Amino acid sequence: MSAPTRWTELRRFTAARVALGRAGNGLPTAAHLDFQEAHAQARDAVHSSLDAGALEAALATLGLPVVRVASQALDRRAYLLRPDLGRRLRVADRDRLPAAPGALLFVVADGLCATGVQAQAPALIAAAIPLLRRTGLEIAPVVVADQARVALGDEIGGAMGAAMVAMLIGERPGLTALDSLGAYLTWDPRPGRTDAERNCISNIRPGGLSPAQAAEKLAWLAGAARRLGETGVALKDEQPAGVMLPP
Amino acid sequence: MGFAQVVGGTRHVFPDLRTLLARATPLRSGDVLAGVAADSAQQRVAAQRALADLPLAHFLDEAVIPYEADEVTRLILDRHDAAAFAPVRHLTVGGFRDWLLAVPGDLAPLAPGLTPEMVAAVSKICRLQDLVAIAAKCRVTTRFRNTLGLPGRLSIRLQPNDPVDDPRGVAAAILDGLLLGAGDAVIGVNPASDNIDTTMRVLDLLDAVRERYAIPTQSCVLAHVTTSLLAIERGAPVDLVFQSIGGTEGVNRSFGVSLTLLREAREAALALRRGTIGDNVMYFETGQGSALSADAHQGCDQQTIEARAYAVAREFSPLLVNSVVGFIGPEYLFDGKQITRAGLEDHFCGKLLGLPMGVDVCYTNHAEADQDDMDGLLTLLGVAGVTYVMGVPGADDVMLAYQSTSFHDGLYLRAALGRRPAPEFEAWMETMGIEAASGAGELPGRLAPALVGLA
Repeated sequence: MSAPTRWTELRRFTAARVALGRAGNGLPTAAHLDFQEAHAQARDAVHSSLDAGALEAALATLGLPVVRVASQALDRRAYLLRPDLGRRLRVADRDRLPAAPGALLFVVADGLCATGVQAQAPALIAAAIPLLRRTGLEIAPVVVADQARVALGDEIGGAMGAAMVAMLIGERPGLTALDSLGAYLTWDPRPGRTDAERNCISNIRPGGLSPAQAAEKLAWLAGAARRLGETGVALKDEQPAGVMLPP
Repeated sequence: MGFAQVVGGTRHVFPDLRTLLARATPLRSGDVLAGVAADSAQQRVAAQRALADLPLAHFLDEAVIPYEADEVTRLILDRHDAAAFAPVRHLTVGGFRDWLLAVPGDLAPLAPGLTPEMVAAVSKICRLQDLVAIAAKCRVTTRFRNTLGLPGRLSIRLQPNDPVDDPRGVAAAILDGLLLGAGDAVIGVNPASDNIDTTMRVLDLLDAVRERYAIPTQSCVLAHVTTSLLAIERGAPVDLVFQSIGGTEGVNRSFGVSLTLLREAREAALALRRGTIGDNVMYFETGQGSALSADAHQGCDQQTIEARAYAVAREFSPLLVNSVVGFIGPEYLFDGKQITRAGLEDHFCGKLLGLPMGVDVCYTNHAEADQDDMDGLLTLLGVAGVTYVMGVPGADDVMLAYQSTSFHDGLYLRAALGRRPAPEFEAWMETMGIEAASGAGELPGRLAPALVGLA
């Protein structure tokens, strides 16, 4: 393809809202209403929830048992206003967690938007397992958590005695990405861990990082975390970037 | 020492300064979440009256977080400039509000004499129009390759984020922004991952774009400060070092930083000598609620802690500081009303403390806010003389999944208020034929996309 000469051709290179045109200094009507429609969809996505049955079926094909838990946030409004409740496990659920000493634990959680988790978490786990097993890591039963924040994984991982927890959680929906999954890796999970003690892989979605690419990155980080005995800012992500950037 | 005030026949008692400040704060969800908000509207007014009667000098005697326990408190008190404080030393908080509203001219000389807690306190008894009118009297000018903060100017950070740090996606968004007059504050990318290789690549890309189009501006990859230090060590073209910061030692620890580390980073950036007309080499982001989010708020309200973050920022003479006011979510700022007030408070406090203050006028999709709320806050900040705002293609950040202000919003605000870009950048736009071409479908010849890898 030849080099662009017209503004609108910039759209070839990005999903961002470039080359929208101008109506004076404002947005042309069509672009303005496209935005309003996307915002309406995102608002509805915040209120989506996980289909645990479908997740269980997908994970069963990988030979992984599933345990379902929920946080102490009883509904979406409480979840949005009280993140502290979303970081705490419902008391009755604690006893249902199996022990998995030394294992890597996947927690699959709704977070701020369940749509992308539903679609991408099983594919990511499926791609990650062979890579993780190659490094000798045991995989714990998968925990599916409702109304969960990232730090809920610390309490769950701590209760199970896991070596590290990979929290796969729905990111806040954007206008262009309603279906984005984030993966947070935390070594030696226990309540009180800070965000600086985690490594994060974000934007796992169609058009972003694919589940396979994310799995590769996660496996690399998990291996490095095991060698280093920690995650977070001390674990610099030095995996060569070439594999993730399109040519 | 405690404080008491009778309102509506009830005597309200506040055991210490941090409690008084918290109870006096206009309602927001984060303070309710922290359990520090007033129980009732009347209790809030009682706290505001008691606060208004408090001498400013009291803030030098009672710290909201103990001196011994927190390096940010030590920084605030050790750096306090008694001579700069002298003109207002005799005032109460309420008297200070009246003085700020009445005094003519530039408030900049006062900044070293003010502590974050003093400016937070006065903001709590200000209406929005007070926050606007007083901030508009503060002149703060900073320089790296251009001059930011001059009267009559409004700058835009061009924020060309890409979900996978794809160089062509970033370049296309940069070109779009330049064509709409954005980029004089900085061309700053939030990387999708904190990977050192990715950071180095994006730094190289931004530097190449700037050099090939000969733009008088600066670039930044908003990676963690330790990643930027590593990039500098490996020879990357780092103009500005970025870091998110907060107002307590604990929240900074949760961000993986300390004053010592920030000092080291600034020295490393200064040693590169990349600024052509100035040496403001730091870029900080802040935001109400980050301390509570890290469980490091120490019983303070989120706005007071936010103002303390500005004491951290000013220690390092930054080129740019902005609050990401609506980014953190509804548990801290529930709706458009709360976001609007917080954005104006942050700008006000930053400016009074002498910072080149911008605001990321923004919201997330789980907050009760929309474009109308952003238009209101953006316009108010423009009137208040905000140093810069963000420019994101179509207001939709496809990497961070939130809505900020668009390039179009920047054009609107400049036109509505008669503001212009930074002078060096304005001259460059003219040379490149940008304003002349704007709105037409053809790209100006001097901004050939092939020059930045778009072919």
